[in-house]
Amino acid sequence: MKNPLDSLWGTFISGLVLTAILYFVVKSILASAGA
Amino acid sequence: MDYVPAFARWIHFMAGVMWIGLLYYFNFVQVAALKAATADGTAAGISKHVAPRALLFFRWAAVVTWLAGAALLGDKFVDAFLLRRGMAGIGVGAWLGTIMLFNVWALIWPNQQKILGMKPATDEEKNKARRVAFLASRTNTMLSVPMLFFMAAGWSHRAIFGL
Repeated sequence: MKNPLDSLWGTFISGLVLTAILYFVVKSILASAGA
Repeated sequence: MDYVPAFARWIHFMAGVMWIGLLYYFNFVQVAALKAATADGTAAGISKHVAPRALLFFRWAAVVTWLAGAALLGDKFVDAFLLRRGMAGIGVGAWLGTIMLFNVWALIWPNQQKILGMKPATDEEKNKARRVAFLASRTNTMLSVPMLFFMAAGWSHRAIFGL
């Protein structure tokens, strides 16, 4: 499999996917803490 | 004392623009330019005159950005890094920025010194250094996407997290 970081589009899309994952992680932490 | 966060935010923004701006310059411009310049034998100009200067401002802007960010967090610094007391959003941004700072000083800069001939290296070591520096730089470009999201929204736009 090709490394997505070898292309700029792959890099950007990987960043967007990571943003979505971290968004739900943070949302769940904040919700469980009742912040 | 409102002066500290105000000045810290200002410096954080200015240094951050320089850091991430140069990161994007490397990834969106210089990588492709060096490839084309190597093909027509004109890469020396970039390697000798442009890259060392860009790297100088790049790596020190990273340090200033991090320090100003730490000052901006102030007494919430520990809460942010431990993702507690409602600081998880900005905390994730701070962690991503910290990983990126580590990549700059531990991976990109030492390997660029070999590539640019500032440190002695064999051709094989230079080739390996090129790949490591490239991937570390691309990793930082990838991390900049969520990092900027959490920096922008993590503290002052909590509604985006349903709060």
